[in-house]
Amino acid sequence: MSSVLYDTPGPRARRRSLIGSVVTGIAIAALLVFIVFRVAETGRIDAELWQVYTDPPKGSSAADVWTSLLINGLGATLRAAAVGGVLALAVGLVLVVLRMAKPRWVRYPATGIIEVFRGLPVILLMFFGVLGLGMPIFQGVVFGLVVYNAAVIGEILRAGIVSLPSGQAEAGSAIGLTQPQILFSILLPQAIRRMLPSLISQFVVLLKDTSLGFIIGYTELLRILRINTEFFGESYLFVLFFVGAAIYIAVNFLLSRVAIWLERRGSMKAAGGAVHADAEHAEAHAEGEQKP
Amino acid sequence: MEAVVENLPLYWKGFRTTLVLALVSGLIALVWGTILGAFRVSPVPPLRAFGTAYVEIVRNTPLTLVFFFFVFVWPQIGPSVPFFISAIAALSIYTASFVCEAVRSGINSVGVGQAEAARAVGLTFTQTLSIIIVPQALRTVVPPLINVFIALAKNTSVAGGFFVAELFGVARRLANAHPPDVIAVLIGVGIAYLVITIPAGVLAGYVERKVVFAR
Repeated sequence: MSSVLYDTPGPRARRRSLIGSVVTGIAIAALLVFIVFRVAETGRIDAELWQVYTDPPKGSSAADVWTSLLINGLGATLRAAAVGGVLALAVGLVLVVLRMAKPRWVRYPATGIIEVFRGLPVILLMFFGVLGLGMPIFQGVVFGLVVYNAAVIGEILRAGIVSLPSGQAEAGSAIGLTQPQILFSILLPQAIRRMLPSLISQFVVLLKDTSLGFIIGYTELLRILRINTEFFGESYLFVLFFVGAAIYIAVNFLLSRVAIWLERRGSMKAAGGAVHADAEHAEAHAEGEQKP
Repeated sequence: MEAVVENLPLYWKGFRTTLVLALVSGLIALVWGTILGAFRVSPVPPLRAFGTAYVEIVRNTPLTLVFFFFVFVWPQIGPSVPFFISAIAALSIYTASFVCEAVRSGINSVGVGQAEAARAVGLTFTQTLSIIIVPQALRTVVPPLINVFIALAKNTSVAGGFFVAELFGVARRLANAHPPDVIAVLIGVGIAYLVITIPAGVLAGYVERKVVFAR
């Protein structure tokens, strides 16, 4: 990847780097082992605690625990993400169409809406939905996700449209298409395809943000961890948290992989010349796209 | 409206806490993220693996989960710390992974020829990185870094859900205390966030244009 930064090592350098690798490798491994031991000393990862996943105490069954985690917890997380994602994409499309419109009285308000909602924390928007607009919790969570992500998606799509060569729109008007026709049948389809990796990265962000529902009382994966801990007792917190975190990371990791795979496929299709360079640029852009 | 005017001092206090959270954890994340970025391009495989694993895990973890860890799980396995410190730890650790990615893509954006030329004149890895690559990478790194910090400023709001009285914490408290004025209270808090994020966004756009023109 960045092997241009150093020479292909000769025998001496190879030996040196081997020693360096072994030393740092041992140091990192030692650090990890030390951490595990320190945690083990507190007794929070004792073997019988892990039985909560196979043979839990208090008369509940392993199926109960896994159902609560995967169906009630992850299920609620994914439901909010799916509804929020679809609506955000729809609203984002409307916003970008308004943003690219000719008349100023359409363009300026759309720009303002995008800039304002992009600059607000999602949790504040969820809170506004629930308390300010009196929505039920689920709708409030979805409201926050949609308002924020629609603004971001609008901006992503606009960047995609702007990055297209100007000849695309010019060719459209040369064959007599109207402005809306150019936008809908020439610019947007290309922009969406070009920005697909960024859109998926943004969907990962949206999925992560569903966990903010925990703060305003939506029963999703994190809340289920809390509820299960209260049921089984505080000593189970670590083992319950560990698997909950693993579920989150696994789901997001898979989605991120899809984004990277699409990126690769996209840049392979756009082979040759300037288009390729453009796609590479978009790729570099998309790579760092997942906003914290 | 009254609830907003009466509680302006409280708003101001929340605003200051938000700024302190963002600045302190931003600074820590900048240093730690740059070190991680160096790990990820280093010739030592274990360091590379560590950097990659850190970024892949942390970037795919929701910030709320990181907060959950430091506020609820950590006190069971380590020394207990004030909520403010937990918030700084969570925000720094989370943001560092995004700083690392910005730094790494900045380093990768510097032309291959630059590194090759540096090696051709006999510079070592450290020299190549510190004299040739980093100074050039810095200008490409700045706009995405500003965006990372804008996101950080917004992310401090999660601390409000975990017992820190920053802007969102203030919003919760006031909203519960003055139900009829909820909309005014929340709009007030929203404006306070926009005061930070919109100028920073304009700055990022300006710097980005400057960098593009200089190329």
